[in-house]
Formats: sequence, structure tokens, C-alpha cells
Amino acid sequence: MRLLALLFLLISSIHSFAQECNNTLNGTLLDIHDGSVLTGATIVVTQTGVAAQTDLDGNFTINFLCESTYQLQISHPSCSTKIFTVTIQGKTQKTFKLEHHLELLNEIIVDGKTTNRATKSIYENLVDQQTITTYSSGSLGDALNSISGVSSLNTGNTVVKPMINGLHSSRVLIINNGVQMQDQEWGAEHAPSIDINSVGSLKVIKGAGALQYGGSAIGGVIVASAPKVPLLDSLYGRTILSSSSNGLGGVVSSSLTKSYQNGLHVSVQGSLKRFGDFNAPNYNLSNTGVFERNISAKIGFNRIDYGVEAYYSLFKNEIGILRASHIGGAEDQVRALGSLVPTIIKDFTYSIGNPRQDVTHHLGRIKGFKDIENIGRISLQYDYQQNNRLEFDIRRGSNSVRASLDLVLDTQTLTIDVATEISEKLSAKFGVVGGLQTNYANPETGIRRLIPDYDKYSFAGYASGDFTINQKWVLEAGLRFDYTHINVFKFYRRSFWEDRGYDSQFSDLVIEEYGNQLLVNPKLDFYNPSLTIGTKYSFGLYKLFANYSMSSRAPNPSEQFSEGLHHSASRIELGDLQFTSETAHKISLTLQKRGERFYFTVSPFATEIDDFILIEPTGIRQTIRGNFQVWEYRQINAQMYGLDLDASLSLSDNMRFVHQFSLVKGYDKTSNEPLISMPPASTLNSLVYTNPGFKNLSIAIQSNYVFRQNEFPNTNFEVVLPESIEYIDISTPPAGYHLLNLNLTAAINPDMKVGLYVDNLLNTSYRNYLNRLRYYADDLGRNITLQLKYNY
Amino acid sequence: MKTLQLNSITNFKFQTMKTMKTMKRCSMYALLAIAMIGCSDDDAAPLPVNEEEVITTVILTLTPESGEEVVLTAIDLDGDGPGELVTTMSGSFSESTQYQGAVRFLNETETPAEEITDEVLEEADEHQVFYTTTEGLNIQTTYEDQDSQGNPLGLQITLTTGAASDGLLTVTLIHEPTKSAEGVSDGDITNAGGEIDIIADFDVSF
Repeated sequence: MRLLALLFLLISSIHSFAQECNNTLNGTLLDIHDGSVLTGATIVVTQTGVAAQTDLDGNFTINFLCESTYQLQISHPSCSTKIFTVTIQGKTQKTFKLEHHLELLNEIIVDGKTTNRATKSIYENLVDQQTITTYSSGSLGDALNSISGVSSLNTGNTVVKPMINGLHSSRVLIINNGVQMQDQEWGAEHAPSIDINSVGSLKVIKGAGALQYGGSAIGGVIVASAPKVPLLDSLYGRTILSSSSNGLGGVVSSSLTKSYQNGLHVSVQGSLKRFGDFNAPNYNLSNTGVFERNISAKIGFNRIDYGVEAYYSLFKNEIGILRASHIGGAEDQVRALGSLVPTIIKDFTYSIGNPRQDVTHHLGRIKGFKDIENIGRISLQYDYQQNNRLEFDIRRGSNSVRASLDLVLDTQTLTIDVATEISEKLSAKFGVVGGLQTNYANPETGIRRLIPDYDKYSFAGYASGDFTINQKWVLEAGLRFDYTHINVFKFYRRSFWEDRGYDSQFSDLVIEEYGNQLLVNPKLDFYNPSLTIGTKYSFGLYKLFANYSMSSRAPNPSEQFSEGLHHSASRIELGDLQFTSETAHKISLTLQKRGERFYFTVSPFATEIDDFILIEPTGIRQTIRGNFQVWEYRQINAQMYGLDLDASLSLSDNMRFVHQFSLVKGYDKTSNEPLISMPPASTLNSLVYTNPGFKNLSIAIQSNYVFRQNEFPNTNFEVVLPESIEYIDISTPPAGYHLLNLNLTAAINPDMKVGLYVDNLLNTSYRNYLNRLRYYADDLGRNITLQLKYNY
Repeated sequence: MKTLQLNSITNFKFQTMKTMKTMKRCSMYALLAIAMIGCSDDDAAPLPVNEEEVITTVILTLTPESGEEVVLTAIDLDGDGPGELVTTMSGSFSESTQYQGAVRFLNETETPAEEITDEVLEEADEHQVFYTTTEGLNIQTTYEDQDSQGNPLGLQITLTTGAASDGLLTVTLIHEPTKSAEGVSDGDITNAGGEIDIIADFDVSF
């Protein structure tokens, strides 16, 4: 009976307890980044110790909760554990979000891989951090060259301008840490102002599909991102030391990051690069040294669903330009082209004389984001850039220390982006961008301005979205509109102004007359729509990407306002005030197979560009400095097509064969001539041996064959000299060439890696069609680089 | 389930509209801010650049011991602009005569004209004037001045005519020639390197 009474008491007490505390919490656990469900997470009610687990749909249930406030500790194998406070009132439903990227972020630090894709329907090529590291003594362009379909327009070997499927300069946007680089990219001899050692990952989008970055990316977009910082209490860094035999120089690059679990992080990074004259197999390349100094710092506070970050970088680069390439007119050209070796060869030196470039680029950015439920992520970014480009020519007397070109380009941009998941299948992105750019050409140079002073105002809006129909099909579409207003102050030579007939057409633009110069103030407006539409189809091991994009680009200042002698090209270049925007239509396909042993991507493309702006020779002008070829910018209709191929085959557990092939053909449909400076077909074949068991050893032998470009417009010309009529061949491309490279890396211990890279192993003499100094000297001879990488 | 999705879409639309409004407002502020920054440094028209180093004019004056002075002039006032290079000659050469020659380089875009010859003289080591003739023109030139290294400069020359002939006399000013290269100190331009600052051809007959 006593027992019965006790039992009754117990049951009733339970009953009475349950009476007050019979509430249920139904929870769902999601990944804050992409809203995907988190399964297998443990939820513990800290007050009671009651635990539950999320099911396959990320749901969990906890019963018998009182109407009170509880602390829930939610943990997941790949997330930081987080405490949530929840108030229970009756049957409560609540969604919890965890940062699921901890592992992924660590992976990013190791591999430099990022899974965020800017487009769904264009295959994106990635260069991971490990590959980037091998180019630490080179440049951004060198690292990009490792991607099929990406080549470069070089001025010597230190000015490397990336080219995507044959297009470059203003047709390729370069995004550095979320900021579109404004570094006077229009010039063929202007390389991007980015320190390769500050880059954590590189992504190339061959086409204009990534509309959030800009609508004028007729060639494509290059996205360079800094390494990601994890949400962990950690202090880590990396130092790279590298030394090369060619140029007798090297690089020191270090980075240090302090991160806290609460989301605060601080990083600093710096590099120093110094090389003397480089050498071709048979001679010194006089005045080709380089001295590069960079520093960047980042501070941020990243709280899963909101964050702010400030970033600053300073890039300073001094580059010597081959002395023998600085020549006068056709008479000098006859002598330079007739000589088998450069006309000026001096002894090796570290000092950089004229001609040289001295570029300083400041970049500052403040960015913040906030995730708002039911809307998505709203980001706001303000960035400021200042690019100061100094170019020094061979001049007389005290003028030799005076820059011939001194441009300061200030750019400010404000961007608002919204990324949203409308449903599980439909996600969208939209945003607006406003920008102001001011170019100031310093008149103290004593040389007429190459690029005029101008103020440019731009405004753009875009919207894009993708829809996942099912596991196989994804559709994507986007729209963008850019408006640009440019207010220019340009001094024209009266003789040119009249020669062009501008005096009768645009006499109202003249605001002042100074002797033989006229100050003209054109105010130009450009309206540029762009759109993209595409799909991705996945089947088995295969994926098929198909995309059509239309993009349009306003002419750049050099295309509009060039008017005079371009020294480094030994020609007179003339722009046209009346240019309209060029419009491109591109269709690109990619078929990808990701097999266990065999992997390939094949990407054919076709582009049609209306009102394509190119420069071509139109005659010879006799001046008191000699005869110069005159090149005029013109608008034509262009057509380009080609193919990029990547393949990798595992021969055994340790042995892999990697193949790359790129082909592009470009034609001027207006005159039915091939386009100038199209990259010749090239193929890269490597045999890679890796042994993770033994010091993580990797040995790669790489064969790089570049075919001769056999399609080119004939721009040769004749010049009448006192004794003879000389035929000057400036268009015939050099012969094809084969280079052999060797890469060897090993880990002495988990934190210390050594690399030995030998480029041009056989010391082959060659000239590269896309090197603007190919008329004057051979390309680089053998280069042995020893690199030490230390992680701490 | 379907209704739920529909709901969330409607909800999204509503929210989007709100966001759009906020964004519009934000972007307007932003543009205003940018416009204000933009306008502050406006309206100051840039100054023209007068090129100080340009050589517009070459004057070669040839004086015989007795007889008529010959002056050869080449002028290109707009440099690399479309304006023509004009060469003129006053006086006429005589056969078998020795002339003392002096060459001047001027920048006539400035008033008064700037004497570039002085700069060339100051940097004699880095300059050399070459006098070349087409085959058959019976003219000999010898250097009468030297730089600090004892290499020829060419601002002062002796020009000697031979038997009656015609052809072109070319005056070339080279900046940074390799004076030590073969033949250069004898006035042979072939191996001179450097770059042409000035080149002027004169039609000559006597």
C-alpha cells in the first residue's frame, strides 16, 4: 500500500510537472551561407541536459519544455559550437543557423579553392594557391598563363598583360578583392597592378556572363581573391623566399593573420621583388630589371550573418624597358630589325635606367554585409583607388629624370548588392553601382598629354538569377545596364584638328586657342546594355555548360584621344573622337567529364563583335624625327572562334598526364583580314609524378609548344631612304618554338616546402609573337628558381 | 507545401519591394555624395603643354673661304602632327670647294626660339651628328669638334665638294649612339645604335 501510494504520488507529480512543462520546440538547423540543412547536429538544453539530434532534413524536436527561456548549445562536427537563447511559448517553431564552413574555410587556406561561382552556365577556370605560389617571383599574368585559353600580351618579360581568348586591355575586367582594378588598363604595355603573392585564388570567367562585375567584359573577367580567414582563434602566417638565376634576383613575401573565434580578424602581407637585367640565351637584355614593393592589410569582423571589413593595399613597381627597344622612326627600325642581336647590349646591372615605368597603385575598400531573413544578403561596398603611372623616356639633360608621362587616375565606386534565395530552386542577385573617375595628366612632363584630363561618371544596375529545375538542369539569366558620362579636356594640335575635319564638325567644342594648340571640351554619353542567358546540364560524370552573352563596351580614352608618337611602338597613333560603343555576342559551350582516372573539359566558343575598335596602319608620315608609320584606330566588325581543351589522365597511383590545348582565330569581317596579335595555337603537355608518402614529392616535366601564328594582317611597309627603298617587315610572326620546363617540389616537414623550378631547360632561343619587344631581342633563356615556403 | 512556397515568394516580393526602395534611397545618397566629391575639383581648365625639347628646325650653314654661303634648312613645326616637313636651300654649292659647316637645332614652337644646339653641346658625349650622302654625290665631310672623350660630335664640320654631281645629303642627329662601335667615329651611321632625334634629307646638285 505504501508502495502504491508512493507510485501514485510519483505518477501524479510527473503528471503535475507535465501539466506545466509540456511544450515542444520544433527546430530546423540551417547553414547560414547557403541555407542548406545541417544533419547530425547535437542540440543540448543546457539547463536540463536533455539532448536531441537533427534528422536528415535538419529538423529536431525537444519535448516537455516549460514556458521559460532556455539556452541551447548546438554543435555540429564541422561547425563552431554556438549557444542560442530561445523563449518557449506553447508549441514553438524556430530556425537556427550555424556557420558550416569551418572545414571548408580551412580547406581554402590549404588549397586556395573557393566554391563560390560567379556564374552557373559558364565554366570557370581556377588557379589554386599552390599553383599561384609557384609564380611568386613572376606576375599575375604569368600565373594566369597556366590556364588554357589565357595568354598574355607582353612587353619584355616583366610587363605581362592577361589576354582571354585573344582579347585584352579594356575588354578584360580584373577584380582584385572585390574591386574592379582601374589601372589604366587600356595601354598594351600596362600590366595589372596586383601583387601575385597577395592572391589566394584566381578565377577566370571567359566571357561576359558574370554581370555583377561589369558589362564590358567582352573578353572575360579575372577574379583575384585574398585567402579566406577562418572563424577560429588562430595566428598563422607564411613566408616565401625565392631566388632565380635569370635576373639574379628574388622575392621575399610574408603574410601574418590573427583571427578570433568571435569573428575578428587582422592580416598583413608584404612582398619585395628585385631583379637585375634578365638574359636571353646569348646575351644580356639591357635595362630589363624590376623592383616591386607591395604591402596590404585587412581588418574585419565577420559574424556569420553580418560583417564588416576594411582592406588596403599599396603596389609599387619599377620596371626597366629593354633599352634597345626605344628607337626613333623607320630609319632606326631598319637598323634594329636588320640586327640579329639588340642594338644596345651592356653588362649586367641591377640599376634600372630609362626607358622605365614606375607605377604606384593604392587601393582601399570598406565592405559590409548583413543577412536579413526572407531577403538575403545585402552588401555595401565603397572603394577608392589611385593609380599613378610614370613613364620615363630617353631624354636630354635634366629632362631624363623627368617623367614623359605622369598620369594620376582616381576612382571611387559605391556598390550595393543583394543576393537572395527566393526558394530552394531560385536564387537571385541584383545591385547598383555608382562611380566617379578623374584622370589628371601632369603638364610638368614637358610632353603633350597622351591621355587627356577627364572626369567620368558612371552608373550601373544589374539583376541576375538562376533556377535549378531539377538535379540535371540549371537555368541562368541576367541583365545589366551601364551609363557613362565623360567630360574631357583635350588639347588638340591645330594641324590634326583641321586634318580630321573636326574644325567644321565640332567647332563648338573648342573652348580656348593657344597658338597651334586648341583646348577642346567634349562631353560624351554612353549607354551600354548587356545580358546573359545560359544553362548547365549534369548527367552522370558529365556536365554541359552553354551560355550566350551580349556585352557592350564604351570606347576607352586611348581609343578616342590618342594623337601622336607612341615611342615604345615607334609609330604615330591616332584615335577618333566619334567612336561608338562596341557590342559583342558570344556563345560558349563547355563539356566536362570528371572521371576517376580521366578528366577533361572542352570549351569551344564563337564571338561576333560589332564596331570592334582596332588599330591598324594607314600610311607613313615624314617628320623631322624620321619616317613613322601612322596607325589609326578604326571600328570594324570582328569574328572570333576557338577552342580550349584541358585533360588529365591518371597513368598509375603516382603518375598523371596533363594536356592543354588552346586555339583562337580572329577575323576582321570588314576587310576580310585576320586580326592582329591573335595568340597562336599552343599545347602544353606534362607528366606529373607525385608521392604523398615520400615527403609529398612532386616532379613535373612540362613541354610547351607554341605554333607559329600563320594568320596575320600584313602591316609591313616600305620606306624611301636616301640610298634605298627599305621594306620593313613588322608583321611576320616569328617561328614556332618548344620549351621544356621542370618543376620539383617536396615537403621537408609539414610546414616547410621547397621547390625547384627550371624554365626553358634547354636554353632555347625564341621570340614570342605576343611580345611587343620581339623585334629587338630574344625571349628569356634558362631560368632556375629555388623556392622555400614556410608556413607557421 | 506548394502554398507555403507561394507564400514565401509573395513575401519575398513584398520584402524585395521594400529593399528596392531602401536601395534606391541609399544609391541616391551615394550618387549625391559621389557627385559632390566630383564637383569640388571641377571647372579648372588644364594648361597647355609646351614641348620644350622638340626640335622643329635644322639649319646647316656652309661658308666657303670665298664665294657664296649655302644655308640648308628643314622645318617641321608640328612635330609628329600631320604638317609637312619642309626643306629649303639658299645659295648654291660650287665644285671642288671647301666649306666650314655649322649646324643648329631650334625649337621654334617657343618664342623666342629655343636653341637646342646648346643642349647637344652640353651633352656632347651622348650625341653625334652624321652627314651621309647617296652614292655618286661628290661630297666629303670631316668632323671638326670632339666630345670630352675625344670622340667626334659633328656640330662643326668641314664639307668638301668634288666634281659636279647630284644626290641627297642627309643630316642625322643621334641621341645616345655607341661612339665606340666600328666606323662610328668616322661618321658611319651603320653601327651607331641609339635613336634618331633629327633626320633631314637635302637635295643637292652642283
